[in-house]
Amino acid sequence: MLQFPIYLDHNATTPCDPRVVEAMIPYFTNNFGNAASRNHPFGWQAEEAVDYAREQVAKLIGADSKEIIFTSGATEGDNLAIKGVFEMYASKGNHIITCNIEHKAVLDTCKHIEKEGGEVIYLKVKPNGLVDLAELEAAIKPNTILIALMYANNEIGTVMPMQEISAIAKKHGVLVFSDATQAVGKIPVDVNKDGIDLMAFTAHKMYGPKGVGALYVRRKNPRVKVTAQIDGGGHERGMRSGTLNVPGIVGFGKACEICRNEMEEETKRVVKLRDKLENALLQIEESYLNGDKEYRLPHVTNISFKYVEGEGLMMGFNKNIAVSSGSACTSASLEPSYVLKALGLGDDLAHSSLRFGLGRFTTEEQIDYTIEQVTNTVNKLREMSPLWEMYKEGIDLNTIEWAHH
Amino acid sequence: MAYSEKVIDHYQNPKNVGTLDKSKSNVGTGLVGAPECGDVMRLQIEVDETTGVIKDAKFKTFGCGSAIASSSLATEWLKGKSIDEAITIDNMTIVEELNLPPVKIHCSVLAEDAIKAAINDYRKKNGLEELKFDESVVH
Repeated sequence: MLQFPIYLDHNATTPCDPRVVEAMIPYFTNNFGNAASRNHPFGWQAEEAVDYAREQVAKLIGADSKEIIFTSGATEGDNLAIKGVFEMYASKGNHIITCNIEHKAVLDTCKHIEKEGGEVIYLKVKPNGLVDLAELEAAIKPNTILIALMYANNEIGTVMPMQEISAIAKKHGVLVFSDATQAVGKIPVDVNKDGIDLMAFTAHKMYGPKGVGALYVRRKNPRVKVTAQIDGGGHERGMRSGTLNVPGIVGFGKACEICRNEMEEETKRVVKLRDKLENALLQIEESYLNGDKEYRLPHVTNISFKYVEGEGLMMGFNKNIAVSSGSACTSASLEPSYVLKALGLGDDLAHSSLRFGLGRFTTEEQIDYTIEQVTNTVNKLREMSPLWEMYKEGIDLNTIEWAHH
Repeated sequence: MAYSEKVIDHYQNPKNVGTLDKSKSNVGTGLVGAPECGDVMRLQIEVDETTGVIKDAKFKTFGCGSAIASSSLATEWLKGKSIDEAITIDNMTIVEELNLPPVKIHCSVLAEDAIKAAINDYRKKNGLEELKFDESVVH
């Protein structure tokens, strides 16, 4: 029996895996100690649990446990990495390279850096959502201190060529920071193979709890340091003060362990469902895949259904199916997705997009139902769409003088 | 943000979706909005030439549920009204009827603009001067 609502928005957040919750529970009640309490068993127990989780987290990304700084999530990690490097390496330079489809946590942090006297270049991605490596290299200047590029994009799921990016960075002695929120736990990420110096990620995108994340900070070749952004008791080797969220960290560790053990099998299963969904939806006339088809995450597809508006489309089934849209109407700003626009999509196609994010608990039955519902709603709304009628009459919509509001 | 019952009802069972023959002199067509803005409404009226009463109204809308509902409601209200009565339809009455939240007021404004544009198209076709309207609120 199909149960409603169906959740296909796993890029926004994921449910906690029951095994994660089970691991966390004792740390709310019996083992409630403060990991910084050095003088009694409550503290020792908490510290031990944190150490164990730190190993689990480090292992998933091929790091050493000493290189993991626990944070409240990826937004904090992004802030700490970028602001922390900017301050720590001020004597070396003030120039940062990033790109125009980064998450707002990176873009807005970079804007802050600019206000502080930093210089930031926002590379324009190619129509497939990836950065041009030649452009990246050309953007490096003697005062460049950091390249900040996301591992995988949250809206279209494209995966950046991190190894090539870090090779260029190494050549010029520039540090690499990656917001890997969408990638870690979904695809193999190895900070050494990928040549990453700093990397932010979070538990709630990988079936762990909300409110806990990590920043990886490389300790050798080179040894990287960041200036703390939160001052206090000197936790996390002085880089991030604040009492550790022990239950959250325990859950994060467990989530990482599960991802590491099950990623391969899970990817095989999810990619099959994603492809089934995508292939069926691309059968619909005038529907387009957004972002690179090859270099991308296994569980995401972002499709524009031309001549139908995204929010209107979601309304046809959002009581039963949860997805997200790049349409302006879903946000307060009334601007459609800047990520889709950065790919060169017209506003009309950006307004017509839906993002489907599959996950660990997605079933084939749910996908079949989604295909049926989306197809029916697109057809129904096109019958109602003046643009579809014009398209069918052979009218070029670009020749019409629209009344802009 | 949850939609009001009335918006959902119009979305699920839109009234008067369709196309009137725009070449006829008693049909006025208003096309407002822009694909880039995520809303395009086409609203048409067919006027009984002896009585001056709107005997039919049709719409097609590209947009969110509130835009679809606003135009569906507008066509319902237009039918049976004289042109002079139709001009007085105000976007805020649409907002009230559909319980539109503030972020969706622009949908009602668009519907009001579509009504005015359709009326002016009808007037133009029939050798009447186009009516001037105050600039609608920014949306």
